Amino acid sequence: MGIVLDQSEIERSLKRIAHEIIERNHGLDSVILLGIPTRGVTMAHRIGALLGLIEKAVPVGTLDITMFRDDLRLRPPRALLPTQIPAGGLEGRDLVLVDDVLFSGRTIRAALDAIGELGRPNSVQLAVLIDRGHRKLPIRADYVGKNIPTNLRENVKVQLLEIDGNDRVEVSL
Amino acid sequence: MRGSHLLSIADLSRLEVLEVLDTARELARITDGGIRKLPTLRGRTVVNLFFEDSTRTRLSFEAAAKRLSAEIINFSAKGSSVSKGESLKDTAQTLEAMGAELMIIRHSASGAALRLAESGWVKSHIVNAGDGMHEHPTQALLDAYSMREHFPEHDRDFSGLRVGIVGDILHSRVARSNVLLLTTLGAQVVLIAPPTLLPIAIDQWPVEVSYNLDSEIRSLDAIMMLRVQAERMKDAFFPSEREYARDYGLVGARLKELKESAIIMHPGPMNRGLEISAQSADCRQSVILEQVANGVLVRMAVLYLLMGGAPIPTGGMLI
Repeated sequence: MGIVLDQSEIERSLKRIAHEIIERNHGLDSVILLGIPTRGVTMAHRIGALLGLIEKAVPVGTLDITMFRDDLRLRPPRALLPTQIPAGGLEGRDLVLVDDVLFSGRTIRAALDAIGELGRPNSVQLAVLIDRGHRKLPIRADYVGKNIPTNLRENVKVQLLEIDGNDRVEVSL
Repeated sequence: MRGSHLLSIADLSRLEVLEVLDTARELARITDGGIRKLPTLRGRTVVNLFFEDSTRTRLSFEAAAKRLSAEIINFSAKGSSVSKGESLKDTAQTLEAMGAELMIIRHSASGAALRLAESGWVKSHIVNAGDGMHEHPTQALLDAYSMREHFPEHDRDFSGLRVGIVGDILHSRVARSNVLLLTTLGAQVVLIAPPTLLPIAIDQWPVEVSYNLDSEIRSLDAIMMLRVQAERMKDAFFPSEREYARDYGLVGARLKELKESAIIMHPGPMNRGLEISAQSADCRQSVILEQVANGVLVRMAVLYLLMGGAPIPTGGMLI
């Protein structure tokens, strides 16, 4: 299938998501972004920068969900990735989780469990760049860059400038 | 870590050591972020198999296992069937029959953990929590973790750091594990002790040796005071406690000789007034309580890396 999003399309998607976040939450007073490593963190920082340009800066943090996964025993132990919870915590905030691809929903379930240990946000919302379908849990995204119907054998690869040197989303077999 | 046991620091490569320390650091961030309990080992059983007295190591492993949601069974030889003559083999097999998947063993015999791991008596992961006068790997890992937090410019490489280990080297498994680990990370180690408390063949170790604390103290970035192990001192290793404290204790005015940036470490339990004065133990440069807190993190990392992932196919060898 090749490239499904190029650099300008990714930029446009993130801008739209930023606007939608402001709209949905009636401003940004209570909003906090938490990116899921690795590329969700980059996205969260980009959305955070856009929110700063459009309206005002919001806290941006990182949440590694490895220790909350339900499939740990299927693979060798994974290295843990950074976690950085913004000072002030999550209590009463409108929390937007940010990840690159939404697939089975298991990562998000793990993230919800982790958030449950951290406190009680007023709401938890989900922003993803790509929703590729095939959910195995009752989870949906509130903000989606692009819906891409895929089959299970296909591979969705998100590349971001800060990590991969260029911005694009590819689907391959 | 590649293997299914943690028996000796000698089995770990530099990268494996850094893997444990990095994992512990991320666990610290998760904990600092407010997550106190992780579901990672839910439903798994860990046994503390302690044939020798311990407070902090046993409690530290217990806290680590609980924070990862594992079940922990505490076994101590005192008041158990060991006093009726039950062997290590039968004890371990009994505990495994109760569902244990990982055994943390402390024993007064050097090599006890290795024996348990290699004998085929049990399938469990084995973690050495101190075997006789041989090794205490998790102590060395937590010491390295504590040093790393204080010397950020040496995050992945300890070369240029000079670490003094002072006191009863002869009986100390902490010293043995630390020498192996610190030299693996590139630090320069100097052992400071009276000749009677140094093991024979010390010249084979990759360390410097000194009998004089006062001539070394100004050069150290970290000073690790070892406990004078009264229970292993059946012979007269030094003339009197007062003389030992005067020559080898971090006591009195000697504290002022330390570099401003140097840190004071002690694996505990301390004999205040003997190898370390109360003033040294409680001063700004002391990291002794940090070592205790870091111990829980490092042990969580070890438990996670050994048993958090997919089971290693049978026949998995030592690390």
